[in-house]
Amino acid sequence: MILKRKILLPLSILFLAAQLFPQTNPIAVKGALIYPISGEPINNGVLIVQDKKIVSVGKADEIEIPNSAEVIDASGKVILPGLIDTHSHIGEGSGGDASSPTNPEVRILDAIDPMSDSFKKALAGGITTVNVMPGSGHLMSGQTVYLKLRKAKIINEMLFCGDIQNGICGGMKMANGTNSIRNNPPFPGTRAKSVAIIRQLFIKAQEYKKKIEEAAGDESKMPKRDLEMEALVQVLNGERIVHHHTHRADDIMTVLRLADEFGFKVVLHHVTEGWKVADEIAKAGVPCSIIMIDSPGGKYEAINLAYKTGSVLEKAGIDVAYHTDDGITDSRFFIRSAAFGVRAGMSREKALEAITLAGARMLGLDDRIGSLEKGKDADFIILSGDPFSDYTKVEQTWIEGEKVFDRSNPEDKKFATGGYEVFRGDLQHADICGGLE
Amino acid sequence: MKMKFVVQLKKNIFSKKDKLSFQPKRKILFSTAAKTAIIFFFTGFISLHHAQTAIKADTVFTMTGKKIVNGVVLIKGKKIEAVGSAGEIQIPEGYTIHQAKVVTPGLIDAHTVVGLSGIYNYSHDQDQLEKSDPIQPELRAFDAYNMREKLIDYLLSLGVTTMNTGHGPGALASGQTMVVKTYGETLHDVILDSVAMVAFTLGNEVSYYFKKPGTRAKGVAMLRQELLKARDYLRKNGSNKENDKDDKNPSRDLKLETLANILEGKVPALFTVNEAPDIMSAIRLQQEFGFKLILDGAAESYLLIDEIKKAGVPVILHPSMVRNYGETKNVSVETASVLNKEGILFAIQSGYEGYVPKTRIILFEAAIANANGLSIEEALASITINAAKILDVDDRIGSIEAGKDADLVLFDGNPFEYTTHVCKVFVNGQLVKNECF
Repeated sequence: MILKRKILLPLSILFLAAQLFPQTNPIAVKGALIYPISGEPINNGVLIVQDKKIVSVGKADEIEIPNSAEVIDASGKVILPGLIDTHSHIGEGSGGDASSPTNPEVRILDAIDPMSDSFKKALAGGITTVNVMPGSGHLMSGQTVYLKLRKAKIINEMLFCGDIQNGICGGMKMANGTNSIRNNPPFPGTRAKSVAIIRQLFIKAQEYKKKIEEAAGDESKMPKRDLEMEALVQVLNGERIVHHHTHRADDIMTVLRLADEFGFKVVLHHVTEGWKVADEIAKAGVPCSIIMIDSPGGKYEAINLAYKTGSVLEKAGIDVAYHTDDGITDSRFFIRSAAFGVRAGMSREKALEAITLAGARMLGLDDRIGSLEKGKDADFIILSGDPFSDYTKVEQTWIEGEKVFDRSNPEDKKFATGGYEVFRGDLQHADICGGLE
Repeated sequence: MKMKFVVQLKKNIFSKKDKLSFQPKRKILFSTAAKTAIIFFFTGFISLHHAQTAIKADTVFTMTGKKIVNGVVLIKGKKIEAVGSAGEIQIPEGYTIHQAKVVTPGLIDAHTVVGLSGIYNYSHDQDQLEKSDPIQPELRAFDAYNMREKLIDYLLSLGVTTMNTGHGPGALASGQTMVVKTYGETLHDVILDSVAMVAFTLGNEVSYYFKKPGTRAKGVAMLRQELLKARDYLRKNGSNKENDKDDKNPSRDLKLETLANILEGKVPALFTVNEAPDIMSAIRLQQEFGFKLILDGAAESYLLIDEIKKAGVPVILHPSMVRNYGETKNVSVETASVLNKEGILFAIQSGYEGYVPKTRIILFEAAIANANGLSIEEALASITINAAKILDVDDRIGSIEAGKDADLVLFDGNPFEYTTHVCKVFVNGQLVKNECF
C-alpha cells in the first residue's frame, strides 16, 4: 500500500503537468528494425514518442505518423529499448564502509557525483538505467540506488523514487563468499560465521518489524527509530530487493536458504557457478544477474566462470540478466556480454531480454522501462547494425524522448572511444581488488 | 635418437641469434633415461598424430599476401607443406581433411604474463613481479614458468598458439620474457626463444610497488646509473662470460651481464610506458645507450607519433579494452588504427591483469581494434605476423607459408565476430583443440 501511494503521487503530478503545460511535439523514428523485447521484432518499424513516453510502436503501414512529428529516418538501423545494467559502480560513489560488515543504513545515493564522466561512458554504451551498488567487500554493504541516466546536476534528478528521504530508491546489496571474510572482527573469518551474522541481524529486524505491527499506527507504541532496522524491515516486507553477490555453488545455495528463511526478494548477482546448480535456482524461482568475463579466475571462487552460464540458466527456465559491474567490465561494451551469451548457446531473444526487460524486472521497474511499449518511458537506443555484431556501434541513446548521446557528435563520440583527458576523475570504484564488486 | 633430441633442444633453448645461453647445462643432462623414454613415446605419438593433414577453408588468411578464397592448407609432420587455392592444390591421397569457414595462423600474444601469473591469483601462483629490488633483469622467465597453468590451455582454446610471456610490468627492470608455444609436454618442447626480452617499466606505477624510486625522474636516474655500470662491465668482461673459455676473472654479475647483453643489442628492452612523458623517457634512454627498444603499453602513443616514427621502434600496444584507469587513463580504442595509418609496426597484447579478467584474450582485443579502424587483415596481422616480427620469430611462425610451423586456427566464421567460435587449433601440425569454443 505504502509503495503504491508513493508511485501514484508523482504520477499524478506528472499527469497534472501534462494537462497544464502544452505538449511537446511527437518524435517519430522510422525505418529501423525494432526489437520491442515484449513482442516480435518489427522490420521497417515506427516508434513514436511524446512527453517522455512511448506513444506507439509498430509496423510502418500500421502506424500513422502525425503531421506535427519530428521525423528521424533510421533506415537500416536497429532499435532496442534503453539498456538496463543491474549492477554497476559508476558515479564514483565510495560504498562499503570498513567499520562494519553490515551497513544496511548506508545509502550509496549519498556518495554519487551526478556529473561524473562515468555516466557519459554508460550512455555511450547504450545504458539508460543503472543499479549503482556499494561494493561487495561486506556481507551487507548498504542500499543501492536505481538511476535513470538523465542529464542531472543533483542526484534527485536521476532517481526513480519520488521521495529521496523516505522512498525506496534502490535495493539492498549483500555478498557472501570470500570477499567479506577478513581476519579482523567484526568482520567474519569463515563462511558459517558470515551466515550467523546475517541471520542474527534479520532476526533482530523481524522483532523490530513485530513491534511496528503491534503498535498498529499508535505513535506512542512505535519502537525508537533505527535506520538499520527500518531498511531491513523494507527488505523483510519485500519492498526493497536484495541484490546478492555470490559466486560458488554452495554460496548460491546459502543465499537461497537465507531468502527462504526470511522471505526476502532476492536477485542473485554474478552467479559464477550457477551453471552447476541451475535446477535448484530454478526451483527457488530466483532471477540471476550474471557477469561475462573474458577469462576465468582472478580469485579462487571465480575459476569456474564460463561463457555458458547464461545459456544453462536460460535452459533451466531462470530469468537471466547481464550486468557490467563497471569498472570490472566496461559500460561501453555491455552488449558484448550478451553477445557472448549467444556465442555459448543462449537464444538471441533471451540475450536481448537479458540487457533490457529482464533487468527491469529484477529492479522492480518493468512497469516503466525495459521494453518498447505504449506508455513506457521513451528510453531507446539506435544501433548501426545487429546488436550482437563486433562491428555494431551505439549511434544514439535517448532517455525519456531526449537524445543524450549522439556518436556523430565528436563531443559525444570521445566518450565511446576514449582519448586524452576524456574522462576526468577516478572512474574506478575504490576497491577494484576487493573482489568482483 | 638421443642426439637428435639434444640438437633440437639446443635449437630451442639457445635461440637462433645466439642471444643468451642461459639454460643451465645440467638441464640437458638431467635424467637422460627418462628423456629417452619420453622421446620413444613421442615418436610413436607423432607417427599417429602428425599424420598428413589437409585443411579446406572458405577463407585462408595467410598474412603474406591477399587472403585466399576457397583455399587449402597442407600439413606434413610439424610444418606447413603447401598453401593455395583449391584449384592450385591437389590434396594427396591419405591426408586427413578438416573443413573450416576461416583459417588463420596460430595467434601470437606479443606480451603476457600467463604461466608466471596464474588463475588463482594468490601469492603461490603470482611470480610475475619480484618486489625485493626494482632492478632485477637477471630473473629468467623459464625459472618461474608453470606450463600446466590452466590459463595457458584457456588461451590455446581461443587460438593463441605462441606467447611472449615472463616478468610483468611494475619494476624498473622486472626480469626476462621468453617466447613459448602454448602446447607441449616439456619446457624444451615449447620454448622458441628462452630470453626474448627484458621487461622494464617507467612511470608512477613503479613507485606503487617500490619505495625507491619515489618519482619517475628518480626511476630514470636509477636505470641510467645501472646501464652505465653495465657499460663498464661490458668493457672489462664482455657480456657473455658463460661461454668464455679463457675466463680469468671469476666474478660474474648476472644483473650486469644481462644489461650488457641489452647494450650489445643481443636482447631487446621492452619498456612498459603508457603515459607520454614515460614514452619519451624510454626513447631518451634508447638514444643514450643505443639498445634495441620495444615500446609496450603505449597508451598515449597517439600523442607522440612523430617521435616514435623518428625513433623507429615497434609498439606492443595495450589491450583495446584495457581499463581507462591509472597509467592507461587516457587510452583510446582507436590507437591501433592511428599506429597502423602511420606505418608504425605494432602488435596487440593481452598485457597484465591484477584481478579480472585474469588474462585478456588477444583475439577479442584485436576484434575491438578491427571495429575501430583496422581492417580484418590489419587486426589479424597485429596478433600474427606483426607480433612474430616484433618477437623476431617470423622465420618460424606468424603466417601460413610452406616451411613454417603448422600452427593454425580454424574458425566457423569471421574470427572477430563475438558469436564466431574457435573450432580447431593445430600446434606443430598436431590437432590440439577440437571443440568449438
